[in-house]
Amino acid sequence: MKKMNPTTKYNMITYAVVIVAYILVAALGAAGHISSLMEGLLVPLCIYVILAVSLNLVVGILGELSLGHAGFMCVGAFAGSFFSMCTKEAMPGGLRFFLALVIGAVTAALFGILIGIPVLRLRGDYLAIVTLAFGEIIKNLMNVLYIGRDESGFHFSMKDSVALGLSPEGKTILNGPQGITGTPHDASFTIGVLLILLTLFIILNLIHSRDGRAIMAIRDNLIAAESVGIHVTRYKLMAFTLSASLAGVAGVLYAHNLSTLTALPKNFGYNMSIMILVFVVLGGIGNIRGSVISAVVLTLLPELLRGLSDYRMLIYAVVLIAMMLFNWSPKAVEFRERYSWKRLLHLPSGSGQSTGK
Amino acid sequence: MALLDVQNLCISFGGLRAVDDFEIHIEKGQLYGLIGPNGAGKTTVFNLLTGVYKPNEGIIRLDGTDITGKKTIEINKAGIARTFQNIRLFKGMSVLDNVKVGLHNHYQYSSLAGIFRTPSYRRVEKEMNERARELLEVFDLAGEADFLASNLPYGKQRKLEIARALATDPKLLLLDEPAAGMNPNETRELMDTIRLIRDRFDMTILLIEHDMKLVSGICEALSVLNFGRILAQGETGAVLNDPQVITAYLGE
Repeated sequence: MKKMNPTTKYNMITYAVVIVAYILVAALGAAGHISSLMEGLLVPLCIYVILAVSLNLVVGILGELSLGHAGFMCVGAFAGSFFSMCTKEAMPGGLRFFLALVIGAVTAALFGILIGIPVLRLRGDYLAIVTLAFGEIIKNLMNVLYIGRDESGFHFSMKDSVALGLSPEGKTILNGPQGITGTPHDASFTIGVLLILLTLFIILNLIHSRDGRAIMAIRDNLIAAESVGIHVTRYKLMAFTLSASLAGVAGVLYAHNLSTLTALPKNFGYNMSIMILVFVVLGGIGNIRGSVISAVVLTLLPELLRGLSDYRMLIYAVVLIAMMLFNWSPKAVEFRERYSWKRLLHLPSGSGQSTGK
Repeated sequence: MALLDVQNLCISFGGLRAVDDFEIHIEKGQLYGLIGPNGAGKTTVFNLLTGVYKPNEGIIRLDGTDITGKKTIEINKAGIARTFQNIRLFKGMSVLDNVKVGLHNHYQYSSLAGIFRTPSYRRVEKEMNERARELLEVFDLAGEADFLASNLPYGKQRKLEIARALATDPKLLLLDEPAAGMNPNETRELMDTIRLIRDRFDMTILLIEHDMKLVSGICEALSVLNFGRILAQGETGAVLNDPQVITAYLGE
């Protein structure tokens, strides 16, 4: 067999992990070994993985701290859901959902550009604070927006549904704090996994291309990147926008998994953004495969521990701390290297992934 | 006509005139040194030439084109590349990738080609790898191509920075204290490397250096800066024997 390039090998293993996990779950499901509670968790799991991987592009590869990821997810969710509501009768389910995904991604990308242009002038903590605020603004905007449709077309209002002035046959689609009701249930675990694979494909290939190198160069040394002619603003915006649009895809998946879509602090608030960031940090900043694994483990854990009732969050917190130590503490890193598989099996050690910091 | 032609260059930070009435003329292929005591404004001159700072007054011409006040990226595209006093590598990336970032503007394919790994992506990446390895060969770094840049020993990090700068295919190379922190052996090796770059790439080089052995060994002409002003300028031998230079910088 031809010797595989280490980055190709890394990518292949990552895809394989996802596919094997999918086959396992699908087989267990077919045999009836998955509880309905677990089944309900499968699509959210896919959503969190996509969010974590896409946020890792900004946090790990571009090296900027963004806390507005849930905001872009919110934009994608409402745009996709709105489209599906408008075309519910006019289109077959599969095509409609595909177009909803595209529209969710494009809308979130537009917001990414719009917010990115002013915000990416900032760095570090300041960028984090401003993206956090933008995320909240988007969420609150969705709560005061009313959109309805009748024979004469679309009606918009920011007051209440009465102010839309719809004719008797008209229907309110987006009803302020009550959100969008009746989005078709198009999301499924299989589609979720396909979207995870697509996200991984885009991000892993981007990292190892000319653009990805430019983005990482900016992360590692902005001044040096400029001195060799890298267009810093362009590549920052590219990473930020791509990350936003993938969060939008996750949002569309989210909206089509629930019958009622509302913008609450619980689903699109800053707590959500911070939770995604926790997935990224614990999976390893810049480590794409790590994001996938930590998103899965940290989503399943609270559910698996449900039997322990009161101690649930305590154990969750302990696991978070343990994972952080395992990943980052110098002692733990040294221990891991000493007892790594490669070393125990006497394989030549790799030179290290260039994506990891 | 001179490759680099700078006239009446001035910049002030608040009340401090960091560089005052600086001028320099470097011919193509010349190895030129910029020396002077600490805080004289040498690195500030580099930052002015590369667009990090905008001059208050003066004009900078590269190969006849006016590049005064342009952005760093544009100046790099016009043909000035530099290294830094405190090494600035892309530490989280491999040695090869560091050079490939330098090649960024000379090898193109679209973002989509990169994501979908089209034939044009494969072809251009292959060319980039070949070119980058060629450059690494010159600096004796080919064996470490897959190492993380941060894992290289100090001397090789300096060489990698020069290789990355050369990858942008400049007309003028600015080296900011290339021998800082090197032992005499490494310095001697560096002198050979600098001469090699000049001969092999037909390069014009302007360097800042405190190591007088290196300066007198390879520079053909010198400018001496003191308190932001030019103290002496001209052929190396003459400048180093200038009594003013000896008092201000070299010591009796």
